[in-house]
Parts: sequence; C-alpha cells; structure tokens
Amino acid sequence: MRLVQLTLWLILMLPQSVFANSQYNLPVGVTDISENVYNLHMIIFLICCVIGVIVFGVMFWSIYHHRKSKGATAAQFHESTKIEILWTAIPFVILIVMAIPATKTLIAMEDTTKADLTIKITGSQWKWHYQYLEHDIEFYSVLSTPREQINNSEDKSDTYLLDVDKPLVLPKDKKVRFLMTSDDVIHSWWVPEFAVKKDANPGFINEAWTRVNEVGVYRGQCAELCGKDHGFMPVVVEVKEVADFDAWLVESKQQKVAAAAEEAASANIAMSKEELMTLGEQVYMTHCAACHQPNGAGLPGVFPALKNSPIALGDINAHIDIVVNGKPATAMQGYAKMLNLKELASVVTYERNAWENNTGDLVQPSDIQQANGEAK
Amino acid sequence: MEHAKLLKRLILATLLMFAFAFALVPLYDVFCQITGLNGKPSLEAAQVSEKVDEGRTVSISFITHAQAGAPFKVKAEKYAMEVIPGEMYTVNFSAKNLAGKNRVMQAVPSVSPGIAAKYLHKVACFCFNQQPMQANQEAELPLLFYIDPELPDEIEELTLSYAVFDISDSVKTAKVENKNENRI
Amino acid sequence: MSAHAEHNSHHHAPSGFKRWLFTTNHKDIGSLYLIFSLIMFLIGGAMAMVIRAELFQPGLQFVDPHFFNQMTTVHGLIMVFGAVMPAFVGLANWMVPMMIGAPDMALPRMNNWSFWILPFAFSILIASLFMEGGGPDFGWTFYAPLSTTYSNDNTALFVFAVHIMGISSIMGAINVVVTIVNMRAPGMTWMKLPLFVWTWLITAFLLIAVMPVLAGAVTMVLTDKYFGTDFFNAAGGGDPVMFQHIFWFFGHPEVYIMILPAFGIISTIIPTFARKPLFGYASMVYATASIALLSFIVWAHHMFTTGMPLAGELFFMYSTMLISVPTGVKVFNWVATMWRGSMTFEIPMMFSIAFIVLFTLGGFSGLMLAITPVDFQYHDTYFVVAHFHYVLVTGAVFSIMAGVYYWLPKWTGNMYHIGLAKAHFWLSLISVNILFFPMHFVGLAGMPRRIPDYALQFADFNAIISIGGFAFGLSQLLFVVVVIKCARKGDKVDDKVWEGAKGLEWEVASPAPYHTFEQPPVVK
Repeated sequence: MRLVQLTLWLILMLPQSVFANSQYNLPVGVTDISENVYNLHMIIFLICCVIGVIVFGVMFWSIYHHRKSKGATAAQFHESTKIEILWTAIPFVILIVMAIPATKTLIAMEDTTKADLTIKITGSQWKWHYQYLEHDIEFYSVLSTPREQINNSEDKSDTYLLDVDKPLVLPKDKKVRFLMTSDDVIHSWWVPEFAVKKDANPGFINEAWTRVNEVGVYRGQCAELCGKDHGFMPVVVEVKEVADFDAWLVESKQQKVAAAAEEAASANIAMSKEELMTLGEQVYMTHCAACHQPNGAGLPGVFPALKNSPIALGDINAHIDIVVNGKPATAMQGYAKMLNLKELASVVTYERNAWENNTGDLVQPSDIQQANGEAK
Repeated sequence: MEHAKLLKRLILATLLMFAFAFALVPLYDVFCQITGLNGKPSLEAAQVSEKVDEGRTVSISFITHAQAGAPFKVKAEKYAMEVIPGEMYTVNFSAKNLAGKNRVMQAVPSVSPGIAAKYLHKVACFCFNQQPMQANQEAELPLLFYIDPELPDEIEELTLSYAVFDISDSVKTAKVENKNENRI
Repeated sequence: MSAHAEHNSHHHAPSGFKRWLFTTNHKDIGSLYLIFSLIMFLIGGAMAMVIRAELFQPGLQFVDPHFFNQMTTVHGLIMVFGAVMPAFVGLANWMVPMMIGAPDMALPRMNNWSFWILPFAFSILIASLFMEGGGPDFGWTFYAPLSTTYSNDNTALFVFAVHIMGISSIMGAINVVVTIVNMRAPGMTWMKLPLFVWTWLITAFLLIAVMPVLAGAVTMVLTDKYFGTDFFNAAGGGDPVMFQHIFWFFGHPEVYIMILPAFGIISTIIPTFARKPLFGYASMVYATASIALLSFIVWAHHMFTTGMPLAGELFFMYSTMLISVPTGVKVFNWVATMWRGSMTFEIPMMFSIAFIVLFTLGGFSGLMLAITPVDFQYHDTYFVVAHFHYVLVTGAVFSIMAGVYYWLPKWTGNMYHIGLAKAHFWLSLISVNILFFPMHFVGLAGMPRRIPDYALQFADFNAIISIGGFAFGLSQLLFVVVVIKCARKGDKVDDKVWEGAKGLEWEVASPAPYHTFEQPPVVK
C-alpha cells in the first residue's frame, strides 16, 4: 500500500511541469486546498490510466491474436467464480485507496473554524455583489468587456469576458469566509485557482472559505446556468498583501463618504437634457440593454419592450418606482442600490425620450428623491 | 390471462411513484431537519433551554438580504456577537418599508454551516409570520434565540441569514390593493 | 418458417398510412419507433450544429444568448427523450418478442398508443421554439426558479410535452415487463433469457419507478409557475434545492435507463463475433441489477456544490464510487468473452469494440467526477459535458448503431452496403473523438458549460471541437443512406445472418415475417 502511494507520488511529481499547463489541465492554484485538489485529481487520473492500459492492453492483445483470420479457434469456457470474485475485489480495493485521500481533502475543505474576514457574495442576473460584512463596504462587480468586442466589431482583449469594473479584493494569508446567496435564480461562484465553487441559492446562504498564498489577480466565472447572460458574469479577485489590503479598505471607506456627499449634493442639481441623455444612454447600455435590448424593443415574450411601452410613456412616478424598486419575482431588479440619483434620473429620462418615445419629460435627481420619499 | 393482474400492479406502482414525488416534499423537510441539509432551520417556536454550557462561547453573526424587488431595509442591531450555548439572547432587527405603499414582508431564515441549523433554537422570531408593513413604515422586530449546548465543538462560528421577500402579490388582500400599480 | 410467413401475408389489411396508424404489430411499431428516433437524432443533431457554429469562434456570431440557451435545452431534451430512449424502445419492440419466442408484445393496442403520442409531444416542444418568447431556455435539467418564476410563458408547453413523453415511456415499460414476465416460450427460464431481454426488464422497472417522479417534478414546476404554489420558492417556505433533489432522484436512474439496454446489445454482439459464449452470464445479470439498485442512492452527486453537510457529501461520494465495481465487472466480462475467441470484425463488432473503449473512457471520467473535492472543480464545466457525451454518444448511440447494423439484415432480409457502413464507422469514430476529447481539456482549463461565448484561452480547442462536431454530424447522414438503401434492396441474407449468432431471432426467416412464433418454440 505504501509502495503504491510512493510510486504514484513519484509519477506525480516528475512530470508536474508538463501536466500543470493550465491550458490542458486543472490549475494547481494558489491555496493549500487547490493544491490538494490538484494532486487528488492527478492521482485518480493516473490510476484510471493504469487500469485503462491494462484492460485495453489485454483486449487489444486478444483482438490481435485471437482472430479467425489468424486461424484461432474459439475456446468454450464461459465462467469462473474465482475470477469474478477477483475482479470484483480488486476494484474495490482500488476504490478504497482513492477514497482515503479524497475524504481527507473533503474534511479539510469543510473547516468551520473562525475566519479573519467575512464576505457576503450575492449573485443576480447577471452580476456579482460583494459586501465586506465587518467593514461596511459593498459594491457590485459587473462585466466590463465592451459590447463592441462581444459583437466582433473591435479586437478582443486578453482578458475578454473575464474583466469586471470592480474586482473583489482580498488579503493574502488570511482565512476569508464567503457567504453566498442570490437575488433571483441559482448562480455559482467559482474561482478555479482557489478550488472554490459554491452555489448561490435564492433565500438561502451557503458557505465556503479560502486562504490565498500568493498575491495576484484571479479570474473565474458563474458556473450555474442563470438565464440569458450566464456567460457574461465573470468573477475577478485581486489578492493583496495585508498592508495593501488595509490601505484599500481605508481608501474605499473614504470613497464611500465622498460618494454619499456627492449624492446629497446631486439632489439639488438641475441637469441639462443633453447631460441626462448622454449619461442615461451609458447607464442604459451597461445595466438595461442586456434584457430590454439596445434598441428598446425587448425580447417579445421574455423581456418587455420599452419603446412605446405604457411604462415609459405613462406616469413618471410609476416609471421611477419600477426602476428604483424593481418588480418582485421577475428579472426586473431594483436599481436603488446599484445606481446613484444622477444615474437613475438620467436613465429614466433616456428611456422616456429615446427610440421615438419622445415624451419630452426630463427627470431630475431631485425627482427621484422626491418620488421615492425618503427611501433613497 | 395473467396480463390484467400484472398490468394493474404496474399501474399501481406508477401511481404510487407519482405520489411519492409529492411525498418527497414533506420528506425533504424532515430530512433537512435531521441532517441540517441546506441550513433550513425550524420555523416553530422552540422551548427554553434547560442546560447551559458555560465552558465556551460561539460567535454568531446576523446578515439580512432583501431580495431583488423587495423594497425593504432590514438590519440587525449588531453584526455579530459572542454567545454562551444554552443562554437566551435577544437581538432587535430594524425594518423599514422603502416603498411608498403598503407591502407584506416575509423573512426566510437560513443558517450556515447547514449542520448548525438544528442547534439554533428560535423562541420568538419575526420570520414565523408575514409582516405587513405600511408605506414607509419603520418597525423594530425582535428575535429570541439560544444555541443548543450540543452544538459540535468544531463549529466556532455560525451565521443566521434572513432573506427578505416582498410577498404582497401572493397575499390576496394586498393583491387587490396593488393590482393597478403593479401592471407592466 | 418462411412458408408460414407467406401464409400470413394477407393479414395486414389496411395499407398506406392507415397501416402504420392503426398497427398493433410489434415489428411495425418497432420500426416506427426507430424511424422516429432517427428523425429526432437528426433534429437534435442540427441543434448541436447551431451550438457548435456559435462556439466555433469567441464572440457572438450567429445566435443571441437567449436562443443559444434554447438550443442547448431542446438539444438535450430531444436527444434524451426523443432519440436515445425511443430507439431502445424500438429495439425492444422488434427484438424482445422474437428473442423470447412470443408472437407479439403483451399489450399491442397500448403499444400503438404509446408510440403515437410521442410525435405530438415533440411537435409541441419544437413548436414552442417558434412562438413569442421562444422555447424552454433553462437547460434540460430545468432547475427552479429559472424554470418557474423566471421562465417565459411557454413553459406550460414544455411541461405538457414532458408529461406526454413520460406517459409514453411508462406505457412502453409496462408493456415490456408484462411481455417478458408472461409471454416467454416454454423452457425459457429466467437464467436462459438473452441478456438484452434481461437488461430491458430491469430498465423497464427503472422507468416505472422514476418517470412518475419526473412527472411529479414538472407538475410542481407547472403549479409553481401558474397556480401560486411554493414548492421551490423560498418566499413561501419552499426550497429551490429541493427541486434538484427531486429531479436527480429521477435523473440518475434515467442515466442508467439509457445505458443498461446498451449493455444488453453489446453482450449480445460480442459473443456472436467472438464465436464464444458470453463470459459470466450470471454475473452480468447481477451486475445489471446492482447498478440499477445503486442508481437510486447516488443522485446527489450531481449537486455537490449546492451546499451539503459533510456526511452527505461523503455518503454520495462513496456510493457513486461503488457503481464502478459492477460496471467494471461488465467490461471485464466482455474482454474475457473476446479472450481466446475466434474473432471477426464485422460492422456491429467494430461498433461494439468502440463502445467498450469509449464508454469505459466515459466511465473513468465518471469516477473522477465522483470524487467530491475534485468535483467542485469539474462541476458544470466542459469536463462534465465530455463525460456524459462519452457515455451517451459513444456509449448509448454507438450501441444502438451496433444493434441496428446487427439486426437490420434480419429486419429487411437484405445486407447493407458494407463499404458505406465501414465509412460511416470510421468517420464517426474519428470525428466523435475530435468532437468530445478536447472538451476534457477546455473543461479542466476552466470553461463552464452552457455559455454562448468564452474567453480567448479556450478558442483553439473550441475550433477543433466544432470541426469534429460538423464532421460527426455529416457522417450520420451516411448512416441514413445505408439504412434507406438496405431497406430497399441488397444482397439477400440467410436466416442466420451471422455465423456465430445464437438465439431464437435467428431461427425465423429473413426478412422476419410479419407474424413470428404464433406457435411458441420449445427452448431446451
């Protein structure tokens, strides 16, 4: 048994540089767990290879030698209890050999000791939201690959589809606990380099953790079909030295205060139509166009059109309400948390004036604040 | 012909399996409660604990999550606390209806790690009932709970999460009231 | 026997379309099932071509993501319920009565009905693609709440179609059970049953056990979406993860429904061309039964990432690993059957050998997927896609083709064009590996499944995969040509088409007369 393990280990170590090419294989990753997982993967893979070589070796030897064209005559034996028992027992033993390291790794993964930092991860159609629970910092992380690249009218960047506006930032060498949940359908948060993949279920929380050994930027994707833009909600994690992480925390908090001040001030600003429409189009393309389409026509039967729609042409306050608070139990989420007053005002204005919707209505930040009472 | 007899049995088996699919729903809940699958805690009020385990403390944190389109802001008065298993604690949650109209709120609890769900006993909780909230109303919602002293030692930290839903549309009375406002 | 056939030929009274619509003859219905499944295979294949065309290069070129999701969903549904399952039912209809010496299936009118509702089910499903809002777009596994709260209004059509498919499968399964239990020829004792009959009997019981559970799951989706129930809605006390438990309680046995009859076909073909009895007949039967039983306690290995307690993860890991033992026994038995045989390599044998190698490959990746900690990395990546296409395409589909090439001369009385069939085999074998093998690599490198566009590091492999896909798709047209040509004309074959063939089906004339075994044969 030890000998088997030792030989396997040797086979494993020698060509690691060959196998560990991330274009063909699992990444070794940057956590102790991911390294364990990688080794486990290689052990099982090699055991399978050995079994395959033996079984197919015997089969092809037989195919070559026991051919009628070579004058082979068929033997008539057709059972042997001894052999049957043997080839039931041997796989069983092999399975036990596999199960031992697998169980060990699994137990290590389910560690429930105290973490240094807890982050709540919320999936929604189709973006991630991160909240640093101990530090009162939260933000959305949205795909930042331009539409032009996806539609092939521009060259694709190296990180095509794997870029976000704001990555999740983590400290190195700290145990970080993730609490996953979802706003709508089931999503799955996955970073291959951490060997962390966990479903985000609406209404429930799930837990995972990691401790990253190396500074760097790591990329992953949503791993559970979550609707139309499932392929367009990447995960990007930036791991920093503890000191840099602390500096980032301070800076983020300052930004938050500044943003709040700007928000309060913006309620008194009157924006010109041009300003509103320019910012509105920008916001619309980032947040709304995925469903309602860039031309406002929606996808009939799935996502309603905004062009000539009763909402965009009807009562302004109802329009603001649905944009700010969303519509429960549909894909229409509330944007109060995601957008500031200026952006909300602009996007509503844009929707009421673009694509021949020419209502001429201008919605100002103060309208949003008023329409929504003290909500914002 | 034996066909008829066998046929009847097989059709019966089919019907039983169809019924079994629905029986899986309550079975699943029982199974969850026994194994802590999916961190679904009990929605029944628990009895007060008889034992107290002074020997250790456990860290419990409270998070809330208003689902997409649920115009509520719910927050625990503190993010985390250290508790002694067996002792009773009260935590107040502040809740606010952000919408300018009446809504019905439902909080759904979930515990992580899932296995800890059956060791978290809620004596009183706002999640047991639907919470009608008037337009822009603010409310203080209490939670009375204790941690079972039987909680396995390796769990040093657990989280109680409330997913907050707006269920106005599925509550009949509210439906009539908001019918016109909610149309697209 | 052939004199007997002529005597009966004036029995098929109605002709033309009515003959097929009203037929209660197991051979007619078998042919209908097989033709239907071939058409579905081509339609589902066309959808796969759309998927591969979109994935040929990074970026969105041909279809939008919403339509792409409909393609992956309907491709899966059609291939599982429209191509593979009806093909096996067709083979069972043709062969089970002939193998056990029965004159027909036990319940011929129900047999007619169970086939004829199928075209309606798939018409409804395919029609929904052309309606406003499109067809189902939530994956063939239709996880709630994507399929309930967040799906389009045509979901009811999907539910209705699945209900009809389920009813059809259950009726077919009941028919198979009653036929095998009640209608065996005198002397055909249980342990003399051909293995194809055994595997189908066990499959039929699996169908009766799990298809109603699927019906329950879709019914809950229907009521959740349209009638305000909260089975899977957390707001009302439900749980979306429960959907996955119910679905996979059906879904895992379903996987074996699609592979057990394949084991039966391969166990029939290998001894014929090795000219040697099947090694370990009894252990094959026991292995099949134990795979079927184990299939009920492994379902949650599809859901390791949903967040399960450690004990649950360990249980489902161990039970899943255990399935590889009886599966291994089967592979070893096939190899032992070939050992010291006197082998020839006709088309059915070539497909069978390809089956053994490639199915085992899929089995290996299955074993890797069973290991929970590593499954966290493989789950929902192209590694999984590679795995289940190896077991379903080079497994189930190859075995169906092996079976067709094996029995087609018996059905038509003509030998097919060997050259074309060989070309079909080699083209399929090569292209199917170009298609599915690189999927292992992109999956390990981190490409999730069910995405219409991907990051640049996956581009090279995806181009290769797509080329393999188009080649495999086109090769199947050759299969259609071979079958049609053979049905029309070809070299006449003997009653016993293959030198080493054993079994009652080779004792009747070729082509098999419309009615066979009206007088039960005596099995020694």
